[in-house]
Amino acid sequence: KYDHMMAIHSVYIVSKSGGMIFNYDHNFPKVESEKTFSFPMDLKLELRNKKLVVVFGQRDGICIGQTLLSINGTLVTGGQMENGEDALEYLSNGANFPASLRFGRTRMTTNEKMFLGSMFYPLYAIASQISPEPHSSGIQVLEAETFKLHCLQTLTGVKFIAICDPRLQGMEIILRKIYELYADYVLKNPFYALEMPIRCDLFNDNLKVLLETIERTGITNV
Amino acid sequence: MVMTIHNLYIFDRNGTLMFYGEWNRKKAGTMNKEEEGKLVYGMLFSLRSFLEKISPLDLTDNSFCYRTSKYKMNYWESPTGVKFVMNTDLSSPNVKDLLRVIYQMVYVEYVVKNPVCPMGEYIHSELFAQKLDELVKSSLIYTSKTS
Repeated sequence: KYDHMMAIHSVYIVSKSGGMIFNYDHNFPKVESEKTFSFPMDLKLELRNKKLVVVFGQRDGICIGQTLLSINGTLVTGGQMENGEDALEYLSNGANFPASLRFGRTRMTTNEKMFLGSMFYPLYAIASQISPEPHSSGIQVLEAETFKLHCLQTLTGVKFIAICDPRLQGMEIILRKIYELYADYVLKNPFYALEMPIRCDLFNDNLKVLLETIERTGITNV
Repeated sequence: MVMTIHNLYIFDRNGTLMFYGEWNRKKAGTMNKEEEGKLVYGMLFSLRSFLEKISPLDLTDNSFCYRTSKYKMNYWESPTGVKFVMNTDLSSPNVKDLLRVIYQMVYVEYVVKNPVCPMGEYIHSELFAQKLDELVKSSLIYTSKTS
């Protein structure tokens, strides 16, 4: 039904002054795995940033950096189980084993997204500053093993950022299209103040339709 | 097709600039090498943590690249934390393999195996610089340059 190569994971808009004013997760892959462990565990967990993170002992799809989501079906939040018990303490007790643990990549909170969105701004600026060639723009494409980030900076300084599958082609056109939607549904909205977070239903709806069209029929029809 | 290697930075695991090599740099930096090294390292450090957080899937590879309208930056890190950063022009292919060869054939051979080359400091070895220059100039990206 759905071609993975067309996956666009998220869209961000960063304002001229560097603040993130819009974020939308379109098609975010869910990475989770559950496994039964005996005592002692061959994984090392550590509390980082209010999350129990795997720091050593990668195995069976459980990677370093993943978070402990639940123990025997009980959710773990902020290092604590639902009954308030400390999860690390629970796991250090051999009597609680065998235990079934679920690990996965956690979705970013809005705060974390704001932080990351704003972090892109100086990266973009430094990339242009350390350029070995004169008159370089900032980062337009950032490519890693698992995704590709495309950034379009408009003449007015607004940045449109999309995170998608590395194999997806023609992302520049899609970003231009999103810019068009922004001009039509955000800038023409009398209730929208510049530089403020975008809360325009028409923009959200049209963006969603655009991304779904691309997934269904490809970029050539946009 | 004209392809160019602009410059190369080597950082150790603590972020010290160990080597800077330049082949085709058209825009001179506004600061000295040491300051620029700090800026580049700081940026790469942020970029790496940015990548890890924003990636929809788990990253297992220790390399990435970005491109601007004028150049392409390629990053590769050895498991020991030695970081190689090479700026090339936009039409160059992925230089990840070249960076790995530089690590293997030049860095390990002429720095790690050189007992008078102190770790964690700038590399002043002339032999290293010469071998690196030879390797870069013999690479396909450099030799296919027509001008």
